[in-house]
Amino acid sequence: MTDTSTKQPGAASRASSTLSHIVSDLGKNGIFIALIAVVVLFSILTQGILLRPQNISNLIVQNGYILILAIGMVMVIVAGHIDLSVGSVAAFIGAVSGVFAVKMGLPWWLAIILSLAIGALVGAWQGFWIAYIGIPAFIVTLAGMLIFRGLALVVLGNANIGSFPEQYRALGNGFLTDVFGDFAIDPLTMGVGVLAVIGFVVQQVRTRRGRQSYGQDVEPMGWFVAKIVLLTAGVLAFAYALASFKGIPITLIILAVLVMVYGIVTNRSVFGRHIYAIGGNRHAAELSGVKTRQVDFWIFVNMGFLAALAGLVFTARLNLAGPKAGDGFELEAISAAFIGGAAVQGGVGTIGGAIIGGLIIGVLNNGMSILGIGIEWQQAVKGLVLLFAVAFDVFNKRRAGGA
Amino acid sequence: MTQNILEMRSITKTFPGVKALSDVTLQVARGEVHAICGENGAGKSTLMKVLSGVYPHGSYEGDIVFENEVVEFKDIRDSEAKGIVIIHQELALSPYLSIAENIFLNNEVKGRFGLIDWDKANSEAAKLLARVGLRENPTTKILDIGVGKQQLVEIAKALSKRVKLLILDEPTAALNDEDSDHLLDLILHLKEQGITSIIISHKLNEIKKIADSVTIIRDGKTIETIAKTDVTEERIIKDMVGRDLEHRYPDHTPHIGEEILRVEDWTAHHPQDVNRVVVDKVNLNVRRGEIVGIAGLMGAGRTEFAMSLFGRSYGTRISGRVFKAGEEIHTRTVDEAIRNGLAYATEDRKQYGLNLIEDIKRNISMASLSKLATGGLVNDNEEYKVANEYRKSLNIKAPNVLVKTGKLSGGNQQKVVLSKWIYSDPDVLILDEPTRGIDVGAKYEIYTIINRLAAEGKGIIVISSELPELLGICDRIYALSEGRITGELPIEEANPEALLKLMTMETPR
Repeated sequence: MTDTSTKQPGAASRASSTLSHIVSDLGKNGIFIALIAVVVLFSILTQGILLRPQNISNLIVQNGYILILAIGMVMVIVAGHIDLSVGSVAAFIGAVSGVFAVKMGLPWWLAIILSLAIGALVGAWQGFWIAYIGIPAFIVTLAGMLIFRGLALVVLGNANIGSFPEQYRALGNGFLTDVFGDFAIDPLTMGVGVLAVIGFVVQQVRTRRGRQSYGQDVEPMGWFVAKIVLLTAGVLAFAYALASFKGIPITLIILAVLVMVYGIVTNRSVFGRHIYAIGGNRHAAELSGVKTRQVDFWIFVNMGFLAALAGLVFTARLNLAGPKAGDGFELEAISAAFIGGAAVQGGVGTIGGAIIGGLIIGVLNNGMSILGIGIEWQQAVKGLVLLFAVAFDVFNKRRAGGA
Repeated sequence: MTQNILEMRSITKTFPGVKALSDVTLQVARGEVHAICGENGAGKSTLMKVLSGVYPHGSYEGDIVFENEVVEFKDIRDSEAKGIVIIHQELALSPYLSIAENIFLNNEVKGRFGLIDWDKANSEAAKLLARVGLRENPTTKILDIGVGKQQLVEIAKALSKRVKLLILDEPTAALNDEDSDHLLDLILHLKEQGITSIIISHKLNEIKKIADSVTIIRDGKTIETIAKTDVTEERIIKDMVGRDLEHRYPDHTPHIGEEILRVEDWTAHHPQDVNRVVVDKVNLNVRRGEIVGIAGLMGAGRTEFAMSLFGRSYGTRISGRVFKAGEEIHTRTVDEAIRNGLAYATEDRKQYGLNLIEDIKRNISMASLSKLATGGLVNDNEEYKVANEYRKSLNIKAPNVLVKTGKLSGGNQQKVVLSKWIYSDPDVLILDEPTRGIDVGAKYEIYTIINRLAAEGKGIIVISSELPELLGICDRIYALSEGRITGELPIEEANPEALLKLMTMETPR
């Protein structure tokens, strides 16, 4: 075996290596390209309404809670489980937070902390049955779906809870804006956008340098720069759209933090590695010393926590904790994870993929609503997209010669 | 000619890269009990799969003549239609269905309108059960009866298909003595009714008891067929193992140090059938730099011993003590076992050893992530470096360590498994069938790695069903039979005959 990195590539082989990197990146990021395609399609169909600043801002705020759930869900699915209860749990926590913040008049921050803690407890309850008693997650969370929907109704006592404190409401529809005064283009938003780009570039360059210093194969410089330029343009355009509307939605800040934290957890932490190991081959993981039950348990505690957070964001957005809240969230979150490339058998899936999957669903929802397409057709279209996305994935794998 | 019910003439069966059967000839006389003997992997099961149509006509060379007629089976139903029924070692019964439902599965007793006539089915089943001497209600569910009785249900099922030639693959491997005796009596009883049987077995006393003739297969070839009057254990064993042992194993000069691991009275029970002892008071030890073999037939409890020792990954009611370098240690969880310096490379790489959808790098780091992590975060680059070092030093044939292990050959997969455990830096490595399913060249490499580890002062336990392998690489060999250590031989005294004698020794319970 000759080491490819020590070979001196000629111009021709360098070009072909660039090309193969582009092709392999396109293959890996097929879902990202699908998102762009959907965005382009609906921009044309809606004659540009989709990409108006206000609509872009709405897209984030309207889908924030689904994206939060998708982050937890993809971890559950990678470990080879499923969680059907997240919608009910979100509704239950929304109701509980209403009791804390409105009925009992607790300070908004305390209400939020307590609600999140109860969400984690709900997760611990389900995790206990799944990890330590060994009941399939499908059954436990199906039961949880009924249990927590019921408890939500009990807590609400057949009435809605409304008029949440302003700071609480900010979770769902607050904006970070006008901190430096009133401008047509919010300077803070643009500043954050620029900082995000700088942070991203620095991180990319450091990773590349690190790999090179260990003698690993890295992608060609041209393609590396091109990718960074493309992403920078995208981020800045996005920041510009937000800046010309109301600024940065609080929901987006929550999401950004979650994506960063969970990105690191899944990619780099020992815990994250254990999730993938369990999903890939549970026996092998067990016989390698992975404490599979413990990992399963914490995955569900985490899912409970994120379901609670999604419940808070949703309740805050509507300024209302109602019995119907969270209806069907679980299916949107599961769809997001699968559209984003998670494998039904477990072991495969990424946070980034789930977020993009969630955005595809969001753009479909939003775009079709703008076009005035009825809810019945929206459902049908989303169903087809899920089916084709997974079918495409299966087909791709089969062509690549098995799992 | 007419007295032969079956003749298999010059059967040759090749799998990609392997000649599993080469010019095998088998003649079975009508009304006899014919035993087939051979080591694991000798080709016995392949031959029976050819006979029963699991490997259809055209996928092998040679002719099968059944009842004086050349037959070409396309699948197992064709062979059953002729009256050839095979009962596999793993019973093919559905646990939640009743005895009668299982007997007539896919062969249902039809009444009016094509519906199943349950009354008739149950009464027919009762008659069949009487023929095999099983006193159970036909409506009893399979999971409510023991393995011995399940075996009888399988035979009843075969009888329902008007069987002429019954093939039993290691029928007594999972049975206790009483059930075994009953089964053997039944085979003789069926013989009186004119049913010919082929029985695949390792147990020499069993063969001597019931077989009218024995055919020995080794390395995919027929060695000889011996008539009952000429059968001796010595002759069978010699036929089974007699092969060239030269130059298959790298030279190994042991530098044996102090005792590194001692296991005392290790006992484990079957996880479901909790009264069944699977590992029975096993005592053994390993010294630094020593390669110790465990020889045993299928079902002797080799893997069960290793897995129960390694974090109680198998069995219930486990007892016994473990000492490392003289100090008692516990191995209650896999994590604890690893921390105490044990490593166990599993028998079945794909099922239990590797995450096939993950790359080489992440498989190698799997058991030692904490070494690569600071503050709970894994250092990717360091991981890559480590994996790459193992790729080079163990000669894993892959362009880089980002290749998924599912795409590697068996030998290279095994090297990844070994890398994983070497990187966990154990004092004792237990290697379960380290070269199963690996070609000869890669085997040699694996042996070299094992030697190198021993030379570094680690204690090695090799579990293998290939006696030549154990004799070729070990310094000392334990024999295991029915969960018990029946003997221990230093390599100077070990030979296949002596080992097989110990491995087939039956210990009174």
